[in-house]
Amino acid sequence: MARVLINVPRTAARGEVITIRTLIQHLMETGYRPDANGVVAPRDIIRRFTCRYDGEVVFQAELSPAIAANPFLSFTTVATRSGVVEMSWEGDNGFAQTETRDLTVT
Amino acid sequence: MITPRRLFLAAPGLLLLPRAAHATAEAMAEAVRGFTGGAPVTRGRVTLDISPLVENGNTVPLSVVVDSPMTAADHVRAIAVFNERNPQPHVITAQLGPRAGRAMLATHMRLATSQRLLAVASLSDGSFWSDEAQVVVTLAACIEG
Repeated sequence: MARVLINVPRTAARGEVITIRTLIQHLMETGYRPDANGVVAPRDIIRRFTCRYDGEVVFQAELSPAIAANPFLSFTTVATRSGVVEMSWEGDNGFAQTETRDLTVT
Repeated sequence: MITPRRLFLAAPGLLLLPRAAHATAEAMAEAVRGFTGGAPVTRGRVTLDISPLVENGNTVPLSVVVDSPMTAADHVRAIAVFNERNPQPHVITAQLGPRAGRAMLATHMRLATSQRLLAVASLSDGSFWSDEAQVVVTLAACIEG
């Protein structure tokens, strides 16, 4: 399991726009970089990030090798009702990880 | 007559052959066409925020904000970022909708060299808007070794 840093507010007022920030530990090997022996290391990146909240995809991103190592993403969503914010990352070599955070809407 | 020795002497020259290792303005235009489907792109409504002078190309923060009310009738459907001189022209494509509340995206990217960046937003009315930024990089990302 890769280490993640996720910043989702625990509580929010209904209708408030909240900012979600995520960072996941990943090398994001570009597929263009030769190693010490001059052999180009094969690509190994996170291709897709999805955030679901209140039963719906609220944000989705497709990443390229141009995204820095330990991909950071920040985006916003409207706090509709109390529920689970589910964030998942998918990538090369079967990389898949899902994290959830509870959000209480008052 | 080419002897093996001649080939050997020519070998260093082969190393100097240009490598198709970075995107070009045409490749970027092609990638933008892939995103817009050939629709015209108007300058404005989008703000691409990135430092104009970057010391380290390995991790460059950037953010894209689109001026939009983000209602069901009028919202941003997607935001894409393209570059001109990394190995590939595409950086990121984000899908959003009225549930986002604000049309905002921030991430960290790699920059192989000083270049031009372009952010394009796709709106629910079918129009496309953009903003571009010129970035000077002093230490490039180790994309090409």
